[in-house]
Amino acid sequence: MGSTLIEKIFAHNIGADSVKAGDIITVNVDRVMIHDIFIPFVKDKFEEMGFTKIWDPDRTVLIYDHLVPASQLDDPRHHHIGDDFCDKYGVKNVHRSDGICHQLMTEAGYVKPGDVAFGTDSHTVTYGCVGAFSTGIGYTEMASILGTGKLWVRVPETIRVNINGTLPEGVTSKDVILTIIGDLRADGATYKSLEFAGSTVDAMSVASRMTMSNMTVECGAKCGLFSPDAKTAEYCGLKGLDDFLTSLHGDEDAVYSKVLNYRAEDFVPVMACPSQVDKIKPVSQVILEAAAMEEGSVVPSVGLIKDGSIRVDQVFIGSCTNGRLEDLQAAASVLKGRHIAPFVKLIVTPASRKIYRDALADGTLDILAQAGAMITTPGCGLCCGRTGGILTDNEVVVATNNRNFLGRMGTSKVNIYLASPVTAAKCAVAGKIV
Amino acid sequence: MGMTIAEKIIARAAGVPAVRAGEIHTVTLDYLMSNDGTTHLTIDMYNKLRNPRIADKSKLVWIVDHNVPCDSPKTAASQKKMRDFARDNGITFYEGEGVCHQIMCEKHVVPGQLIFGADSHTCAYGALGAFGTGVGCTDYLYGMVTGGSWVMVPETLRFNLTGKLADRVTARDLILTIIGMIGANGANYHAMEFVGDGMKNLTMSDRISICNLCVEAGAKTALMEVDDITLAYLEAHGGRKPAACFKSDDDAVFEKTFDIDLSSIVPVVAKPHFVDNLAPVDEVKGVKINEAFLGSCNNGRIEDLRLGASIIKGHKVADKVRFLVVPASQEVYRQALREGLLDIFMEAGAMIMNPNCSVCWGSCQGVIGAGEVLISTGTRNFKGRAGDKNSFVYLGSAATVAASAIAGEIVSPYTY
Amino acid sequence: MEQFTGKVWLLGDDIDTDIIIPTEYLALKTVKDMAPYGFSPLRPELAAQIKPGDIIVAGKNFGCGSSREQAPEVIKALGVRAVIARSYARIFFRNAINNGLLLIENDTLCNDVKEGDEITVNVGESIEYNGKTYPEAGGLVKAMQKLNGIIK
Repeated sequence: MGSTLIEKIFAHNIGADSVKAGDIITVNVDRVMIHDIFIPFVKDKFEEMGFTKIWDPDRTVLIYDHLVPASQLDDPRHHHIGDDFCDKYGVKNVHRSDGICHQLMTEAGYVKPGDVAFGTDSHTVTYGCVGAFSTGIGYTEMASILGTGKLWVRVPETIRVNINGTLPEGVTSKDVILTIIGDLRADGATYKSLEFAGSTVDAMSVASRMTMSNMTVECGAKCGLFSPDAKTAEYCGLKGLDDFLTSLHGDEDAVYSKVLNYRAEDFVPVMACPSQVDKIKPVSQVILEAAAMEEGSVVPSVGLIKDGSIRVDQVFIGSCTNGRLEDLQAAASVLKGRHIAPFVKLIVTPASRKIYRDALADGTLDILAQAGAMITTPGCGLCCGRTGGILTDNEVVVATNNRNFLGRMGTSKVNIYLASPVTAAKCAVAGKIV
Repeated sequence: MGMTIAEKIIARAAGVPAVRAGEIHTVTLDYLMSNDGTTHLTIDMYNKLRNPRIADKSKLVWIVDHNVPCDSPKTAASQKKMRDFARDNGITFYEGEGVCHQIMCEKHVVPGQLIFGADSHTCAYGALGAFGTGVGCTDYLYGMVTGGSWVMVPETLRFNLTGKLADRVTARDLILTIIGMIGANGANYHAMEFVGDGMKNLTMSDRISICNLCVEAGAKTALMEVDDITLAYLEAHGGRKPAACFKSDDDAVFEKTFDIDLSSIVPVVAKPHFVDNLAPVDEVKGVKINEAFLGSCNNGRIEDLRLGASIIKGHKVADKVRFLVVPASQEVYRQALREGLLDIFMEAGAMIMNPNCSVCWGSCQGVIGAGEVLISTGTRNFKGRAGDKNSFVYLGSAATVAASAIAGEIVSPYTY
Repeated sequence: MEQFTGKVWLLGDDIDTDIIIPTEYLALKTVKDMAPYGFSPLRPELAAQIKPGDIIVAGKNFGCGSSREQAPEVIKALGVRAVIARSYARIFFRNAINNGLLLIENDTLCNDVKEGDEITVNVGESIEYNGKTYPEAGGLVKAMQKLNGIIK
């Protein structure tokens, strides 16, 4: 009987011939990531547990991104605690203002295909884009990994997602993953592995795959995996794929708890509507529904209906979901030669320092700035909802990030629509959902 | 008897041939600038008036710059109030375009105007030969509704500048030195007028920096004569024409005249917690810093970024030090982008923020924690200005800030 | 067998971690400092109303979203004795176990119970509400006994 991708990664990790869904195993951790919000809590737990040294400081990465730049008086305290922790335990992999943790973990080469990684953040699932197992944990489990280098996991069942064909013009991997989340619902993959395959994902850039892996946690998944290929090898700076990495795909006769088959040509631009990530509607439907609503009214969980459309107050392009160069380029292709609508704010937050510099070099940021975008320093920005464009009652934001939870970007009456960078940029120009 | 520039501008605004220091006159205002620090309060008062109306909406310029992007639901609500009011009433409105005074200089102010701004650093407009002064919400509201106000004509302190600033000594070192010399209340209710041969060696950026900071000596306004440099700036920024170009008459009355040789100025810093708590850089050398800030209406222009970039190029920001670079406007941002300055800062490890007041305002972006030290090109170093009440702000020039960011401690701008 | 009785606070499906404790408050020094903001986006008044020993009853996918361990910790700090939901998101589930917050899965209680009502939990066995036992059978043995007509 064959194995799923996740079963192969775990078997390799523990040196077993095979493992099967449902097995409880103890894995050897290749890499851990801790970010600035949780480092004080990790440190406390680590010391409370009685550890005096980290099992392998070089496998530990600390990234400041949620509190960069500091917006509240207590924020710098987290950075001081982090700095002290690194000095005390010999952690050298520290990024203080280089971008979002999930972007940096693969971009800076910390996570490679086949690795097993954990992070104190739910979007740690992102590294599945290169064929690594990675998932979010709390600070107590992180502290125990720091001391032992190990963690128990239950080998998850797998939902296989096959996508074949060519995506229509203007439809991105964001539309694909949002559609899948809408189909599976917010808890549809709880405790499961999502395994993506097919000619459509083969044709995707690693960046596009990253968007999809990143959002798998929004349907409850433990991980969201892609098979490594030549593009992965190039992105990760590998000379090629060895036998193990070449074997990292789900076998024909592997056992899947569910198989979803999609035709790429069927995908359309979609949005996650306020305030659930799985409240997915085609943009065209959102527009039609708005046209049927009362002119001038403020509709709860929709926004202000003006001129038959949903008025957009702000657009956010950024985050570990959609803050990469190709996302900024996609927005720039819409915004080139245009200006955002009056009274609309467009906030662009590149996901990393490297992306910022690449987008400077190729003219993307100039196009965006000329169109009226505010370009902020790389970091989590508005996505984590502490600063970076907080909104108030009845306002509408179209955002490229991963969550539209109630109150995530301000008051509980803020209406957050999640969409692709293409859709978001179009909305910024129009000043309404288009 | 002749008049000073301040007197001439007020006479023009009052529609009278001559005014004298100490008189109170009713004037017509040319612009009323307001930002997100207080506009929501003005709107609340406006809405309480019986049948309120705006005298001349073309005079109003509203700019969201203090908390951009917005940092809290409370701020978002006050900014929304401002945005909605501007939209409903056809008021010129900017958001995310940069710091209000920089926007005003780039797009609106012309020589000879009398301008009220609901922000203390409105005196910056003197660089363009305009009388700008900061007012509170009540004064602003009166101007908004009537188009005019009353002003007391200020006495003038005259600063006669000669010579040229040394390399890496900036206009900011000059104005900090002057504030240190006359004290934080040394120009209370006065106009500070800058003239002399030395002016030709000062760029518009230098001039805005000088005038902008005069309020830190208590000045009501700051003023400069219009010259070719001013006219070239206006031409390059929308081809604006002066309303009137004034010079003080030879027989005008000045309360006091100071002669300053620009070549005598050295790099200085203002130590916590007062702008006039001045020391030569060398005296505070070695003070460890947590954060450095290059930006603000005082020092966030292209010239400042060029200076900072020329120093940090090829170096890295010190380990554990945060270096915020915040262009004063979108125009500055894009110019710096095209000149490759943004990449120099990014390569060095700085954080570049969107144009806004940033940590100079100190409420949301780059705030410093308890016990932390900031070296800043911002306008003020009051206790708690940049964050925690138990933090410390040193004010220095773009050169001093950039050099200190590399060193991780306050150092002379000549270190690198 | 441990038994306790508590007052019910009833919440819906997909109660996410940002509702349980918004990011805005995550940099406060202690979980105790954060507790007053628990559930604030959804019900700002709730944290102050919850009394030690109370029980949260909710729908599916409780705790979805972020890995923030403050979520179960804040619930615990508010004095909540147990959470009874139809299902839990996985990171929250692990975090709750690691912090000793009692989570109980039950598919039907949330449909029947009303906020403010009292329920009794027999840990490891059953929940009693309004004269009814959840799960209905009261465990495998009781289900078999029922099947065999030994009990009703």
